[in-house]
Amino acid sequence: MTLFGYRIPMMASLLVWFAAWEIVGRFDLIFILPPFSQVLAAAVELVQTATWQSATVSTLRAFVTGMVLAILAGIPLGVLMGRFKVADDLLGMWVNIFSSAPLSAIVPVLMILFGFGEKTIVASVFLFAVWIIVLDTRAGVRHVSPSLIEMARCYGASRPALYTKIVMWAALPEILAGIRLGLIRGVKGVVIGQLLVAIVGYGALFETFSRNFRMAEFWALTLILFAFALIVADLIERVEAKVEFYAGARQ
Amino acid sequence: MAAELVSPVDAIVKVRGISKSYGDVEALRDVDLDFPRGKLTSLLGPSGCGKTTLLKIIAGLVPRDAGTVTVNGKQVDKPGPERAFVFQDFALMPWATVMRNVAFGLELRGVAKAEREEKARHFIAEVGLAGFERKYPHELSGGMRQRVGLARALCVDADVLLLDEPFSAVDEQNRRKFQEDLIRLRTSQAKTFIFVTHSIEEAVYISDRIVLLSPRPGRVSRIIEPQIDRSGDPDRIHRNQHYLDTVEEIWQGLKQYVE
Repeated sequence: MTLFGYRIPMMASLLVWFAAWEIVGRFDLIFILPPFSQVLAAAVELVQTATWQSATVSTLRAFVTGMVLAILAGIPLGVLMGRFKVADDLLGMWVNIFSSAPLSAIVPVLMILFGFGEKTIVASVFLFAVWIIVLDTRAGVRHVSPSLIEMARCYGASRPALYTKIVMWAALPEILAGIRLGLIRGVKGVVIGQLLVAIVGYGALFETFSRNFRMAEFWALTLILFAFALIVADLIERVEAKVEFYAGARQ
Repeated sequence: MAAELVSPVDAIVKVRGISKSYGDVEALRDVDLDFPRGKLTSLLGPSGCGKTTLLKIIAGLVPRDAGTVTVNGKQVDKPGPERAFVFQDFALMPWATVMRNVAFGLELRGVAKAEREEKARHFIAEVGLAGFERKYPHELSGGMRQRVGLARALCVDADVLLLDEPFSAVDEQNRRKFQEDLIRLRTSQAKTFIFVTHSIEEAVYISDRIVLLSPRPGRVSRIIEPQIDRSGDPDRIHRNQHYLDTVEEIWQGLKQYVE
């Protein structure tokens, strides 16, 4: 974007919104919206507290565990569905239902299954993230050029080699897109899971802040979470950009 | 013209009684053919005559409904190391360099990296791509990509090269150059080529033997051996009277199948 002939960096629009937030906050119109500067100050303070640090560790641990499980389960399932019609017929309906269902409604059930601890959060992350990974992997595998498969067979590829040397690579752009979307959904999963369980990690913090009307800290935590989700998605996007050159070159 | 179907002295690939249907569509009916060792045989015919299907059956990529294919006296049902395929759409791995693409057949056979890259480098040079080893397919033109496809096929040292309309996705100028190079390569490589094309000129220009297929169902209608002298300047072939007569003769024969 350019303004009066000057190039404006991408994130500059955020400054405008933060300024607006600051002004509205200063008017003291509603108590839930403290000025942005206060939120920032709260954030700086918050990250130094032991409660935040231990909450972050437990949240990250649940998030990473859930995501690793979702990726490890999602990719093979997607490959299976992309390559074999039987698997697709058998699982397709369920994957589609779960990928669009309001999963928050299921989290209480997870609580019954896994208890009021981190296991439930992990399960919630998994449940939110896995379906889009399955669907995108399936789409990627379906679009692998048939002649590439014929080529591999022709030059003597064994079945495992066909998958590790051709199918996985050819489907990589879609798999990465699935992982990126899965990560964003996984952040949702970790937050919703923790909010419902309400005694672990960020869920407990959110619960404390909102119940005691500590809005500056509440917003600070929200901003931290948003920033985390954006950074994670951006990192994957960078990896995606590296393989994009051949997504476009595919036949 | 049935007399021309007499088995040549040394047929490396023998096709007997091949039939193939796709649902209700009969692609090939009872095809018998011999492909002489060391020669370039073209399968020529209008679209829908099953020429690519026949090539893929020989390659072992498409299952046949009836009949047998023997290569070097052994019946084959699956792809094998004695046959290599060049694809119409190149079928290169876009995530791999020219080097890795060309060496891929050897990589699948478990040949050590240094050894297979040395061999690949030789064939990359052979098809005129020396210096492009580290490039990716999307950095190359269509003609260059197909040269990579050809180098990959040469690299596995198969006896029979199966080429499925290799020049159809290559622009006209590059095609002419490529055809000339193929004529040159044929003299340096002792290989048997089976070449599918729908271009009469191309078939006459490069083939020792042309098998004309008639469409729906695909059957052998004629076999022609254009005795064209290909030594010397390749451009002269295009003005050779015998070349022009053969093209015309084939066209007159195929005309009836073209709507």
